Amino acid sequence: MNLRTTLATGLVLTALLGGAASAKTLVYCSEGSPEGFDPALYTSGTTFDASSHPVFNRLAEFVTGTTEVEPGLAESWEASEDGLEYTFKLRQGVKFHASEKFTPTRDFNADDVIFSFERQWKEDNAYFKVSGGTWEYFNGMSMTDLLKSIEKVDDYTVKFVLNRPEAPFIANLAMDFASIQSKEYADALVAAGTPELLNQEPIGTGPFQFVAYQKDAVIRYKANADYWRGKAAIDDLVFAITPDASVRYQKLKANECHVMPYPNPADIEAMKADADITMLEQEGLNVGYLAYNTKQAPFDKPEVRKALNMAIDKNAIIDVVFQGSGKAAKNPIPPTMWSYNDAVVDDAYDPEAAKKMLADAGVTDLSMKIWAMPVQRPYNPNARRMAELMQADFEKVGVKVEIVSYEWGEYLERSKAEDRDGAVLLGWTGDNGDPDNFLAVLLGCDGVGGSNRAQWCYQPFEDLIQKAKVTSDMAERTKLYEEAQVVFKEQAPWATVAHSVVFMPVRKEVTGYKVHPLGSHIFYGVDIAE
Amino acid sequence: MLRYIVSRLLTFLPTFFGVTLISFGFIRVLPGDPIVVMAGERGVTPERYKELVAQFGFDRPLLVQYWEYLKGVLQGDLGQSFVTKKPVWDEFFALFPATLELSLCAIVFAIVLGLPAGVIAAVNRGKFFDRALMSSALVGYSMPIFWWALLLIIVFSGWLGWTPVSGRISLMYFFDGGTGFMLWDALWSDQKGAFLSALHHLILPTIVLGTIPLAVIARQTRSAMLEVLSEDYIRTARAKGLSPSRVNFVHALRNALIPVITVIGLMVGTLLAGAILTETIFSWPGIGKWMVDSIFRRDYPVVQGGLLLIAVIVMIVNLTVDMLYGFINPKIRKR
Repeated sequence: MNLRTTLATGLVLTALLGGAASAKTLVYCSEGSPEGFDPALYTSGTTFDASSHPVFNRLAEFVTGTTEVEPGLAESWEASEDGLEYTFKLRQGVKFHASEKFTPTRDFNADDVIFSFERQWKEDNAYFKVSGGTWEYFNGMSMTDLLKSIEKVDDYTVKFVLNRPEAPFIANLAMDFASIQSKEYADALVAAGTPELLNQEPIGTGPFQFVAYQKDAVIRYKANADYWRGKAAIDDLVFAITPDASVRYQKLKANECHVMPYPNPADIEAMKADADITMLEQEGLNVGYLAYNTKQAPFDKPEVRKALNMAIDKNAIIDVVFQGSGKAAKNPIPPTMWSYNDAVVDDAYDPEAAKKMLADAGVTDLSMKIWAMPVQRPYNPNARRMAELMQADFEKVGVKVEIVSYEWGEYLERSKAEDRDGAVLLGWTGDNGDPDNFLAVLLGCDGVGGSNRAQWCYQPFEDLIQKAKVTSDMAERTKLYEEAQVVFKEQAPWATVAHSVVFMPVRKEVTGYKVHPLGSHIFYGVDIAE
Repeated sequence: MLRYIVSRLLTFLPTFFGVTLISFGFIRVLPGDPIVVMAGERGVTPERYKELVAQFGFDRPLLVQYWEYLKGVLQGDLGQSFVTKKPVWDEFFALFPATLELSLCAIVFAIVLGLPAGVIAAVNRGKFFDRALMSSALVGYSMPIFWWALLLIIVFSGWLGWTPVSGRISLMYFFDGGTGFMLWDALWSDQKGAFLSALHHLILPTIVLGTIPLAVIARQTRSAMLEVLSEDYIRTARAKGLSPSRVNFVHALRNALIPVITVIGLMVGTLLAGAILTETIFSWPGIGKWMVDSIFRRDYPVVQGGLLLIAVIVMIVNLTVDMLYGFINPKIRKR
């Protein structure tokens, strides 16, 4: 048994046996295995939970439990008048973790920031091709087009120069892919001929230090005693990987774990009734929708789309498909997001009026296809069932529906086609808490033939969201997005179906846990009552 | 015997190449490619898609890709997972001990209970004991693994609190490195109670994974025994005045074992298939779940390499079973 093993065993033993040091161990029954520990290489929340949140920090960070951004490794930042330059003042005295293989000789500084971005951006960086890096989020957020340069002003000042103004830029820097790595560690790994260890044995500045990962079984962390925000209340954090939701529930009941994500909807009532369990809940930062193909008749007419929206009984869908763990959606952005326009009135469920509107629009004997996703998603736990309910609803207004489905990869590809036949069930989970991440990606003109499944390019809407994208004034942006939601509702390119409600059962002795709207599971600030 | 072994080994080669071809083709026949699956709802631009296709080497003709794969296989290189970026070989050997340990326990459980149950049922043919055993075997065989596992967890872990819910060992024990065989590592570790904890964690998964093999072995033993018990030499043995247990367990069982061993050999495939569900439910870090995840993610190197290694293991087990026949029945090795 090596030193690391001995240390870790000692820590865990002390914790679980309630030893003299009374170390606190929090066990999280996670739903799956991380793909790796370098958050920039991946896109899944399971991987981020195990890497970016416990181990790393970013220049700016989301306040846990909200989509607001606060300073992280950057103490402050300033944007230039034209919105093309952002200057970050870095925090001093921040320590990187030390491990058996690496002992940092210096604190965090500007070199680490530049390295963390350039490795995803510049082909001549030694890490650009390490671990087959595809840097999906960096590319997906268009950082390659957006960044002009990143300059080191001094050891604790960095300037990002952009090619165009981009209001969500700071929110992008709070995303997982922008986690700050240690350049010194990366260089040491290259010198040792093992650069791929950056993805297997992470070193960061975060609240927990990585100890060990037994594949598909357990991940162990210990609290970072030198953490710049102060040491975490718990001493050890253990992820017990438990893919089956029923088994996670049994483990929670048996006190084999303290926190579990993604309970089965069918178990929620029993959990709420259990005196040992506290059920936390919050609306998820997502939306499930039915996107019409607005380029094809008769769905090119807003009145037809609106009539169909009025034929859908959303409450029945919430009851049957979400089993109560959902909320009917009226806007294309979720209610937890800033600029959500609560004044928008949803189309009322009224089959008779819908029938009349269709007749007035000259639509008779309409047949259409509804595409049902083959996979479960938080915003749509059972697309087939949802499609069947819509089929029955549309039947009532004289519209015949055929339900089609494809293998997931095929579904995503085929549903992008501008000449696609039928309306598509799909959804979106927010990346950075910015409305632009929903409205521009899913409904902007650039997304037609791609992520804009409604193939909807409507200039008045486009003008609003493009203006909001380059405006840095928050009040102004909020106004523009609120207006955009009104236009969206009038034009009805989608039937907005639901936002999921995220349930998070935790043991009653756990305190300080906050459900995070971005779907992350964060354990800094969590404690276990004695 | 040597000729027999060589002839069996020769059949190994075409099967091996067949498996490389099937495992390579199988995952590519499925619709959806790794890039699209990886990108999910976010998608990738056509330009980025092109770049990634080139990066993964999918732009080369299929025959060239297959040839590269085969060359790698022959040199012992199964490639690197698209997802974890680790060599397939390393991932397999990190996980395989967990599957092997569970499968061995399950098969031992099935044999230890299944053989005597089959013999007893055959000897008491038509009586209450026979009917009760065979009905239980039928139920065991038909039981959906998923349901059976959850039922046992709820009763034994939830209500009675006798067994842990899932995992391989209590979280208070931790070995870095080691063989990956938890019982072995725990036994030789200096951590008190680790072995018992590992054993404790094996109980439910072993029962769940061993249930179907147990039912099959019991039924097969019973029918083979019934055939043998009606042979003339058994009547002779009885007439000589041998004790019933000697007649049943020595004279009859040895001759009834050939079909039973065949079934046990074939069970290896069933165990690996059953392991997928058992491993998922009991959070058992083995190759079953690893393969399923890889198929969903279209992780070509892992699916190809994993299938190939599993196929080789099944082939080796079948070869061993063939050789065992030779030891048990001298007529076979003389053929």
